Amino acid sequence: MNWYGIKAIYIHEMERFRRTLFQSLASPIITTSLYFVVFGSAIGSRITEIDGINYGSYIVPGMIMLTILTQSISNASFAFYFPRFTNTIYEILAAPLSSFEIVLGFVGAAASKSLIIGCVIILTANFFVDVRIDHPLLMMFFLILTSITFALFGFIIGMYAEGFEGLQIIPILVITPLVFLGGSFYSINMLPEFWQKISLLNPVLYLISGFRYSFYEVSDVSLFTSTLTILTILIGCIIFITYTFSKGYRIKD
Amino acid sequence: MKNILEINNVTKFYKNSVKALENVNLNIKEGEIFALLGPNGAGKSTLINSICGIVNFNTGTIKINNMDVIKNYRNTRKITGIVPQELNLESFETVWNNVNYSRGLFGKKPDHNYIEKLLKQLSLWDKKDNKIKELSGGMKRRVLIAKALSHQPKLLFLDEPTASVDVELRKDMWDVVKKLNEDGVTIILTTHYIEEAEELSDRVAVINDGKIILVDDKDKLIKKLGEKTIKIELFEPIEKINGNLSKYNFTLDQTNKIISHTYNLNSNTTDITELLNDVKKDGYKIKDINTEQSSLEEIFIKLIQENNNELVRN
Repeated sequence: MNWYGIKAIYIHEMERFRRTLFQSLASPIITTSLYFVVFGSAIGSRITEIDGINYGSYIVPGMIMLTILTQSISNASFAFYFPRFTNTIYEILAAPLSSFEIVLGFVGAAASKSLIIGCVIILTANFFVDVRIDHPLLMMFFLILTSITFALFGFIIGMYAEGFEGLQIIPILVITPLVFLGGSFYSINMLPEFWQKISLLNPVLYLISGFRYSFYEVSDVSLFTSTLTILTILIGCIIFITYTFSKGYRIKD
Repeated sequence: MKNILEINNVTKFYKNSVKALENVNLNIKEGEIFALLGPNGAGKSTLINSICGIVNFNTGTIKINNMDVIKNYRNTRKITGIVPQELNLESFETVWNNVNYSRGLFGKKPDHNYIEKLLKQLSLWDKKDNKIKELSGGMKRRVLIAKALSHQPKLLFLDEPTASVDVELRKDMWDVVKKLNEDGVTIILTTHYIEEAEELSDRVAVINDGKIILVDDKDKLIKKLGEKTIKIELFEPIEKINGNLSKYNFTLDQTNKIISHTYNLNSNTTDITELLNDVKKDGYKIKDINTEQSSLEEIFIKLIQENNNELVRN
């Protein structure tokens, strides 16, 4: 293993995060605060408790998941697309690094950034509502696994994107709607039966449900199904990246 | 001297079926400076990128230090450095971070003393904390060289190292390349500045349309293919070349005072002694004699034209 190479990519990416620390943290903190003001205070005050949990507290795991998913994807996709855009990718390709090591460096850094942001969101939420974490280890397990999985997904976008606009399409058109419709701000039990069944087709529902269980021991689907879903997406991303690298597609002519 | 690089029957097609390299065979000796000449689009960069792992080649084998560049890529890449043609750098990073990053990528543990020495050698030390965007084009080119040398490679590829740099900086770059070679680095440079190849290289290859059409020692090449012209300036103008001089292919300049004769250095006899005797016999008084030899550029253009004519015929 080229550990120095992995470390070089990781440090290089984290350095970019440090340089833009204010922008990196300000945006998710402000967005989260706005959600709490709008959903937690203005609308939430008119909604009764869900599964015995105060509405403001209930939406915390969903909001963290929303941030983790979008940040993991955007961090990883930008991190890998940027050297392609500036042509500095030549150096990574010419270095004694395997595709696994390249992915480990970029995805590791993107997931780390998301984890930091995720923890900041939890702290921010504490200013607005009571946040209880019944299973901290399980919460960290979901947080780390989701960060890595969606950083891998972002890496794929970074490999295939043909412009900066391309980096935004999937997160805006696919991920954000899936998170909103995946029970971030409600329990699917509040929906009519037909829409409950439709919601079960949304993979993000399983992530949010499992993550919420680690906070309040309440969930829409079983913990096992949630874990299986995230692992399936993770393995799917790994297989797709391995295949793309083996073909050299988008990276090597 | 042993070969540090061996290229056998390498062929490369791009996705649009454009053949970029066709059965390329080339051996590079350890310690030499080798120039790869060719017009734009001839396949110079594709060949370098294939060796370094930046593009995939379709058939053939490439070995560095007798190790296959695909099967043994970790070991071959550790000893290889590349300076790309374009100024591909991260604008917002400092020189110091950029160069140390490159060293890490190539699997070397940090060595700040070596990087300091390298930056001083390339006159970059006082710019180490500057962001790349603050540097001139010439300085950026030096940063690219520093990045390529950060992991102490034995084999260095310079892809058009002095493209779009001024004459003064070009001379500086040449000094850097010569110094690196003296320190034991084998250098392969692509260029379309013939004077660069003439100044720096030990051997030269000419590539055109993806094929290597010639490989030879630079001096031998100039001697083998080079033509020399003798120009004889007379005291008095002459109207027409006749008498003993008519057996030579002399040309007369506009002043009717300078007669020129072109001959090949490679031929068995140049007949210069006889030629000068004939000038004397015909009663002409010689004011001055001057000789001019073909440059590598003229040889290069001649080779490419011959090759293109052959391609058209086929």
